[in-house]
Amino acid sequence: MKVLVPVKRVIDYNVKVRVKADGSGVDLANVKMSMNPFDEIAVEEAIRLKEKGVATEVVVVSIGVKQAQETLRTALAMGADRAILIEATADVHTDIEPLAVAKLLAGVIKEEAPGLVLAGKQAIDNDMNATGQMLSALLGWSQATFVSELAIDGDKAVVTREVDGGLQTISVKMPTIVTVDLRLNEPRYASLPNIMKAKAKPLAIKTPADYGVDVAPRLTVVKTTEPAGRKAGVKVASVEELIAKLKDEAGVI
Amino acid sequence: MHFGLTEEQQMIVDATRAFVENELFPHELAVERSGHLPLELIKEIQKKAIAAGLYAANMPAEVGGAGLDTLSWLLYEKELGRANYALHWTCVARPSNILLAGNAEQREQYLMPCIRGETWDCLAMTEPGAGSDLRGMKASARQDGDDWVLNGTKHFISHVDLAGFAICFMATGEEDTPRGPKKKITAFFVDKGTKGFTVRDGYRNVSHRGYTNGILEFDDCRLNKRQILGEVHKGFEVANSWLGATRLQVASTCLGRAERALGHAISYAAERKQFGQQIGKFQGISFKLADMAMELKAAELLTREAAWKYDQGTVTEADMSMAKLKATEVLAMVADEAIQIHGGMGLMDELPLERIWRDARVERIWEGTSEIQRHIISRELLRPYGA
Repeated sequence: MKVLVPVKRVIDYNVKVRVKADGSGVDLANVKMSMNPFDEIAVEEAIRLKEKGVATEVVVVSIGVKQAQETLRTALAMGADRAILIEATADVHTDIEPLAVAKLLAGVIKEEAPGLVLAGKQAIDNDMNATGQMLSALLGWSQATFVSELAIDGDKAVVTREVDGGLQTISVKMPTIVTVDLRLNEPRYASLPNIMKAKAKPLAIKTPADYGVDVAPRLTVVKTTEPAGRKAGVKVASVEELIAKLKDEAGVI
Repeated sequence: MHFGLTEEQQMIVDATRAFVENELFPHELAVERSGHLPLELIKEIQKKAIAAGLYAANMPAEVGGAGLDTLSWLLYEKELGRANYALHWTCVARPSNILLAGNAEQREQYLMPCIRGETWDCLAMTEPGAGSDLRGMKASARQDGDDWVLNGTKHFISHVDLAGFAICFMATGEEDTPRGPKKKITAFFVDKGTKGFTVRDGYRNVSHRGYTNGILEFDDCRLNKRQILGEVHKGFEVANSWLGATRLQVASTCLGRAERALGHAISYAAERKQFGQQIGKFQGISFKLADMAMELKAAELLTREAAWKYDQGTVTEADMSMAKLKATEVLAMVADEAIQIHGGMGLMDELPLERIWRDARVERIWEGTSEIQRHIISRELLRPYGA
């Protein structure tokens, strides 16, 4: 079984984000970029499936600027076999929207015919949480989102989902789209020997035209602002006063 | 001329840094406060480092290393160098390159266990009476049939307590040189437990808590000639051809710590407020930061250039000495100024600055003192003029 993992190049989670002066978005010039952490978890899971002999090949796909090659190389260094980059924009500030990404992925999937797509539940830059679901709709495949456990059982995937009320276990028919949550696994470090070997692994470069997809944005960003700063705190004289304030003023206990 | 890192090099930096921050930093304070690195902790981190392919990554691919070029290796060293020395040296060991000089049998017996993390190596050159003047060493080996008999003392021998064996440089004769008589030197593998070979605890020192050194004593220690590394009387040549880049390794680890100290200084200057503003807005602080960043960059460029030339086969002794000298002196300056910017807080061990400042001291002494480096640099300038 082939496993396909879409990965996104996003602003590194350690970077202190700065909003551009004109409010059109976040400043990404000369900022450290990394693989979306949820996608890293998806790559790790795919590699583990391969190590267990369940998967035969792990193909990673990224859609965006040409620098996303670095993200793909990281996935290859972790252990993925092959990469595809769809160069959809030259501008690091242009975010390809979930529907366009889903359409492009659907195109890749038609060519690659994977048995399983493992994707991050969302990207940490725009938090859309939409691509996996849209892809499932476009393909008419089953979907399992927010997954914290995954087991492949013949033509079924048995997954545990993190839902508001707790954990839900469902069984979905393969091929399927699985979007992964934080607790599924702890991704490995890309090992130095594998980093050196990753260079020799194939990385194909495509364009949206190859899949006949229009990636023009349909959403308009009205404004981007920094979160409101924290308000000054108050000092309390005693534990009793603290409890009273938490009860009466904050209403949290 | 291209100064940027390749994709692979950036990935090496990212992967090594993530490991150092997640697996080494959390243990630093305990090691610094106790001055001790417990074996269980070493084994625990070592296992992760092996799994992450970071262990012995300095080695060529054919013996299980990462097969890095010199610049890539030094970028990895720089990231490791950010952490407490004992932690990174022991738990993410880089076996000495000199082990590659061994014959097939010696490689199997000494190199491979070091790469697999089963033991550690150590090098014994320094003696109480022979530091910078190595060829004035007194510890000697004399031939007796197929055997060699070793006598004398070595000290300041790093990590000998953990090591399973020591590569010992012993005087095996004397030759006349234009600068007077000098010792001929031969390198021997000496296993722990060999009769006549005793290891004693060394000295506590100001830098690198958790790091250990020891004293080696040889009392009619008898070795078979199979234990010779390289050829008889060629110990110095073996060391020179295989340990050439260790100065660049020291330079790189210093750059890592200097960068860490500078990072702390910048964020503190941007956050700390006095007299109604961030202290970084005072010129007295901001100019310090500018100088620290500039000096650090200069040191880094010297190191990278030497690394690049090393791979081109055009590096000179002076190139490597300049990199080592500059990086170690910049570390001392940056660590000192970072503490000054922090004021009293900089002296507390909750921050890594006081130890980076202490640790900086040894770097200007080992792997050739600053004076020896200046001697090497100036010698290269003056020799063509016959001076």
